[in-house]
Amino acid sequence: MIFSLVFRVAARLLVPVLLVFSVFMLLRGHNHPGGGFVGGLVAASAFVLYALAAGVHNAQTILRTDPRTLLGAGLAFAYGAGLLALATETAFLKGLWLDVHLPLLGDLHLGSTLLFDIGVMLVVVGTVLLMIFSVEDRLPGLVED
Amino acid sequence: MSHLLVLPVLVPLVTAVTMLLAWRSRRVQRVGSLLGAVALLGTTLWIAAAVWNDGVQHLQVGNWPSPFGITLVADVLAAAMLVIVGVTGACVLVYALGSIDAEREGNGFHALYHLLLMGVCGAFLAGDLFNLYVWFEVLLITSFVLLVLGNDRSQVKGAVSYVLLNLVASLTFLAGVALLYGIAGSLNLADLAVRLPEVDAPGLITTVSMLFLVAFGIKAAVFPLFFWLPAAYHTPPVAVTAIFAGLLTKVGVYALIRVFTLLFTQDVGYTHTILLGVAALTMITGVLGAVTQTDVRKILSFHIVSQIGYMVMGLALFTPLALLGAIFYILHHIIVKTNLFLVGGVAHRLAGDFELKNLGGLYRAKPWLAVLFLIPALSLAGLPPLSGFWAKLVILQAGLEAEAYFAVAAALGAGLLTLVSMTKIWNEAFWKPLPDDRSLSPGTPSLAAMVTPVVLLAAVTLSIGLYAEPLVVLAERSAAELLDTTSYVQAVLGEPPTPPTAEVR
Repeated sequence: MIFSLVFRVAARLLVPVLLVFSVFMLLRGHNHPGGGFVGGLVAASAFVLYALAAGVHNAQTILRTDPRTLLGAGLAFAYGAGLLALATETAFLKGLWLDVHLPLLGDLHLGSTLLFDIGVMLVVVGTVLLMIFSVEDRLPGLVED
Repeated sequence: MSHLLVLPVLVPLVTAVTMLLAWRSRRVQRVGSLLGAVALLGTTLWIAAAVWNDGVQHLQVGNWPSPFGITLVADVLAAAMLVIVGVTGACVLVYALGSIDAEREGNGFHALYHLLLMGVCGAFLAGDLFNLYVWFEVLLITSFVLLVLGNDRSQVKGAVSYVLLNLVASLTFLAGVALLYGIAGSLNLADLAVRLPEVDAPGLITTVSMLFLVAFGIKAAVFPLFFWLPAAYHTPPVAVTAIFAGLLTKVGVYALIRVFTLLFTQDVGYTHTILLGVAALTMITGVLGAVTQTDVRKILSFHIVSQIGYMVMGLALFTPLALLGAIFYILHHIIVKTNLFLVGGVAHRLAGDFELKNLGGLYRAKPWLAVLFLIPALSLAGLPPLSGFWAKLVILQAGLEAEAYFAVAAALGAGLLTLVSMTKIWNEAFWKPLPDDRSLSPGTPSLAAMVTPVVLLAAVTLSIGLYAEPLVVLAERSAAELLDTTSYVQAVLGEPPTPPTAEVR
């Protein structure tokens, strides 16, 4: 981790912004540049930033779960989206769509591709954090927390 | 359309994900991993039955029509390879349950193992070149992690050359894929098989085919691109080496057979002559390398290289009989080679070493182990009545028919030297008395888990040897399918390919 008051305060402000931005990137990805992969990288960078500012241990605490579990859950979401299509007797991984009307949000066009994208996002976050958390202490110029 | 085809990819994926989610519990991992491997074996048998009864099966993932979407195809060759993956995958896993250490299991051995099987199954099913590339990458990355799992110094050293050379292969493969897309405008194998003969640039296609030869040649470890294999294969635990030895190089051979029967048959006189030369040199250099080694795992690693030569020779001769031989050879070889590594591992568990000079007395202490070694060892060398004899016989007969005497001589010489180096292992590890300063460890309870798969695989080798007829019929049908590609193309593209003259009014 890096001992710097400015960095620590800035990280505290930036982490929530980055996390919200990652969700924005995820949802934007359906029709525009973005998607689960980029969203996942942004979300992972938020946790990496926090790990640099407050130490790996604290970053693991706010993540609340192990990166390996995220990795597994993400893959489960992705093939779950594929299985959903298989269960409705179309081909594996065929996109399914559902139009619903919700009181506050209005008309929604929900697809199983979003589920797949969320899976991708979780896999990316899990992979990046698994790597960073296991090597962060060994980066040059940093001290162990 | 057959939804069945997604299962060999989905079953290992679901198993691996379960392993990842249950990474804290060793017991759940071991039970789940075994169930997953058995389920994979079941699905591969199911697919093989479907292909045998109803012909070539295909699946368009996500319902996107070919040649645009992702295509999975299973013809007889792919189905047979899948079954072999199922059999070796289950056997080696049982062996791993008895031999792999708790630390490696805690670090995700089981998840990686099933992802590796997923990659192998995906490569056999891939119906377009880009997805074949993707599955090769899945294979490469999981095998890389399995290779270094445990963090041993020698493991990392071997893995570096393994990864570097395989990345070069991936780049070459990708370059070939890009050029082919530029020439023909498609990457779907069936679509390419229709389009490539109409392309008016035979020189260019032959050039691209050479890129594929280099790419798949590195993966298959043929001469002169095999150096990564003996450098890396003796470093990880035996269970990992056994599954690598059985399956990974054979994915390269499978890809060579696929592209050099389906796509690049315009200039057989040029491309397949190069293949024949490569095959002969691979057999000879591989076996010469094996003769100089004294570590059991290194001897067996060099023999992988030499045996690949026989399979490529079958492809290079490009007659129905030769292809039959190549397919028979792959199927028999995967079982035998995996089994030899497993026997080596059992010997290591008993005697505590892989170095021949430190081994000995195993025949006196465990006569049954000596028998279990002799079955795959003599089959590898090609002695009757074992499976290797029939495989070599068919290849040699095809070679004589095609008047490729140089390659036949190389094959016979390599077979003789294989026998020499198998005899060397026999003399040193089993026959000579144990060196005075060493002692054999008593069999532990986990030895049963290690010996059961060895017995099963030896039984498969014996039954192929004594009753080769069914496998020959299978290989014959598969060879006919490879030479006459219409059934493959029709299954994927739907309508029969229209001859160019039909468009002229």
